[in-house]
Amino acid sequence: MPVNGQIKIVTLKVNGKDVSARADQTILQVCRENEVFIPTLCHLEGLSNIGACRLCMVEVAGQKKLLPACTTTVNEGMEITTTTDRLGHYRRMILELIFSERNHTCSVCVSNNYCELQFLSQKLGIDHIRVPYRFPKFNVDASHPYFVLDHNRCILCTRCVRVCDEIEGAHVWDVSGRGIQARVITELNQPWGSAETCTQCGKCVNVCPVGALSDKGRSVAENKKRSEFLPYLTQRRREKI
Amino acid sequence: MKAKIATTWLDGCSGCHMSFLDMDERILAIADRIELVYSPLVDFKTFPDQVDVTIVEGAVASVDDLNKIKKIRKHTRFLVALGDCAINANVPSMRNPIPVEQIINRAYVENAVIHDELPKHPALPDLLARVMPVHEVVKVDVFIPGCPPSNDTIFYAVAELLDGRIPDLTDKTRFGA
Amino acid sequence: MTLEELQEIKAGEELAKSQKKKSLHVCVAAGCMSQNADGVVKALQEKLREKNLEKEVEVKGVGCMGLCAAGPLVSVEPDNRMFQEISPANAHLVTDNLEIGKRTTNDLPSDSPFFTRQVKIVTENCGVINPEKIEEYIAADGYLALYAVLHDMEPAEVVQNMIKSGLRGRGGGGYPTGLKWSTVSKAAGQKKYVICNADEGDPGAFMDRSVLESDPHRILEGMAIAAYAIGADEGFIYVRAEYPLAISRLKTAIKQAERKGVLGSTIFGTTFNFSVSIRLGAGAFVCGEETALIASIEGGRGTPRPRPPYPAESGLWGKPTLINNVETFANVAPIIRKGAEWYSSIGTESSKGTKVFALAGQVVNTGLIEVPMGMSLREIIFEIGGGIPGGRKFKAVQTGGPSGGCIPEEFLDIRVDYESLTKLGSIMGSGGMIVMDENSNMVDVARYFMEFCMSESCGKCVPCRVGTAQIYDLLTRFAEKQATESDLVLLEELCDVVKNTSLCGLGQSAPNPVLSTLKYFRHEYLERIQAEVI
Repeated sequence: MPVNGQIKIVTLKVNGKDVSARADQTILQVCRENEVFIPTLCHLEGLSNIGACRLCMVEVAGQKKLLPACTTTVNEGMEITTTTDRLGHYRRMILELIFSERNHTCSVCVSNNYCELQFLSQKLGIDHIRVPYRFPKFNVDASHPYFVLDHNRCILCTRCVRVCDEIEGAHVWDVSGRGIQARVITELNQPWGSAETCTQCGKCVNVCPVGALSDKGRSVAENKKRSEFLPYLTQRRREKI
Repeated sequence: MKAKIATTWLDGCSGCHMSFLDMDERILAIADRIELVYSPLVDFKTFPDQVDVTIVEGAVASVDDLNKIKKIRKHTRFLVALGDCAINANVPSMRNPIPVEQIINRAYVENAVIHDELPKHPALPDLLARVMPVHEVVKVDVFIPGCPPSNDTIFYAVAELLDGRIPDLTDKTRFGA
Repeated sequence: MTLEELQEIKAGEELAKSQKKKSLHVCVAAGCMSQNADGVVKALQEKLREKNLEKEVEVKGVGCMGLCAAGPLVSVEPDNRMFQEISPANAHLVTDNLEIGKRTTNDLPSDSPFFTRQVKIVTENCGVINPEKIEEYIAADGYLALYAVLHDMEPAEVVQNMIKSGLRGRGGGGYPTGLKWSTVSKAAGQKKYVICNADEGDPGAFMDRSVLESDPHRILEGMAIAAYAIGADEGFIYVRAEYPLAISRLKTAIKQAERKGVLGSTIFGTTFNFSVSIRLGAGAFVCGEETALIASIEGGRGTPRPRPPYPAESGLWGKPTLINNVETFANVAPIIRKGAEWYSSIGTESSKGTKVFALAGQVVNTGLIEVPMGMSLREIIFEIGGGIPGGRKFKAVQTGGPSGGCIPEEFLDIRVDYESLTKLGSIMGSGGMIVMDENSNMVDVARYFMEFCMSESCGKCVPCRVGTAQIYDLLTRFAEKQATESDLVLLEELCDVVKNTSLCGLGQSAPNPVLSTLKYFRHEYLERIQAEVI
């Protein structure tokens, strides 16, 4: 990519508009820079991208398949379309699937009003879920002195897993089980409160987009997140301050 | 001719009806244009044959709810699901991961201090195995999410319906609002 | 090892063979083994001793002969005769009737289309050589191709040969093998890897297992040639732990190959080094997906990641990596030995060579077959497969496993290749072929495969994790005749979203069994619609 030690600059089209970008940027980065809205849930600036929620899928001219904006880097001459009826339909359907998967009861959730899932469903015009609710039985892990994990509200974005591994360096979190049985676990599936590797930093709580992770003692609609620390931290690291 | 409006209340807390009443004096403007033919707010005992708009609050949780909503759908031109319980079964559905017998037993026997026995009376409807949103049982035409939806939202939605438009509520309300 | 030594081993084997009048080959691959083929070997030896024939007639365990339905199988060489359903109790039927001209009720007709219509390249040694003796593989011209490549060809020539042969990936995708090799060979970097994907997981498929159990050296030779072509010195075979026999034979083969100097350092006296290790999969179907497989070898959770970057560019531990399936590697040595032109003369315009299929379900001759690309489904099922048992009517054939689709009778005459199957809404896949008769219920078939995909989904991406579970629940409603018309609409919408938005091939192809049965057997779904939302 580098030309004479410099990163190449490319020009491309987003929704018909010409934009320029560094060749190592992702479609998502370029779109956000240009104030083009693309919904995301697993992505968080400062963490690695995994392309798991599939909400950021976009159309690229000449490509039969839809591409995830968060993990696809831009190319010279790329023509990207971020909003079509088809994409809107898929995105709504994916959100409906998330809502149907576990027990999301916004009205009594700690994150009511601060929830990215709730925000996105409103933004994309979802007023009811057509996919049947599955109503699985999940427990709540309240063994940690400061934090609570409620699997009923988890959307498996794995931001907690990544922030703990990539930023805090503790790797308390991981995923256990396959498919619809998958869930986040602490240490080797031990109660969070007994996790010796947990530094109690609370980064996982603050990056959780929903109400699955919350500060203990918070009541309905009190779980305001403070994820601002992440870009700040990553920038400081990059600049080695 | 005035539009025939009905409201009903399945498994919910009546908060949506309260919010409806919270529109205060604006209710007079609506009252001029509608005829309230069936509602917990008035005293009609039977559901009329033909209703233009029925507003439903609450989820479908019992056999009684199920029969009621099916009958209402048959006699309603436009069915509105009002509030989260009607739309996503909300708090009533939190019992869904647990078997019904276990819940009843917990409520009436295990936790009872006196008269620890299961309620048995022909007038008491059986609970369904799981609480369902209204649209899983019958077709719903308009959804007004919120817990409860604000009085402004309800007023806007009803006014739009009376003007013959489907209300666009995207920026007005959401689940849990 | 030198060429002379190779030839010496071959001559030695041939001499030993010429000193025996006859050789009894007993299939000791997993299918016959499960029916006490080991006991058959012992019983035959005993009977021969009783008859004082042990000097003239040898008994040896060989790999899969294909007709698993009739196992344990015993063939008599050089008479081209085969016995079916031999047990220790009736082993005397073989030893008492060895003279040419004698027949028993357990004789299989040698002119059966099951044998005569097959063309064997990948399975040429299956059922012929003892998989646990490298000498027998060498006697069948084994490791000659590797010798030729190391001494007479530049890596680029090997790649050119693969491109010219027209070989395409046999794991399911059908990506041109030569192109893949060429990409990895051009990738920058000193360290590169070769991986053999033996994580065969489709229900009803056992092609790779049979090849590994019957002819493991063929895979090692193919991998070594690939390593030379792309510039790798280390290889991994990722094989599922559920294949203990294949694993043990592979281990034996690797040990023998290292001892003979055809694996390890300075192979055939050249500067080429290549070592192979085995990694066991813990039973996750998704680990057959190449990026998940790589994650698993690295010691992580076996979940796929978005491509690009492709493994060819950034694979195992971030190094350029070539991943091919067992059957693909099994084709390599014959292509080098007999030439790319020979290979590309077999098959159809777009799909060259042969394909191994595991024929299963409602078909007389269940087992393993190898046919040239372009043979029709009707020939495969009715001639080689012997048709449907009990005179029942054919209904559909499922190809490609959980990622494939069901093909109805009207398309039985299409010539099987990658494109034709895809056009019908199925895929070639790795080679599972399940035949269904008129008693099969297509909703149940779709539900079965969806249950498989649901439980094998890794859970990383939303559409596959939740979508497959929702589709399965909907299909259960159909199966129980509780479905409504809106369920059918939702079913099709869900299939569409899972297919088009899932992260990896597992999710993207998971709806295929539903979509293809909806396409060809829609009435079976409609018949199960009962109640309707008012």
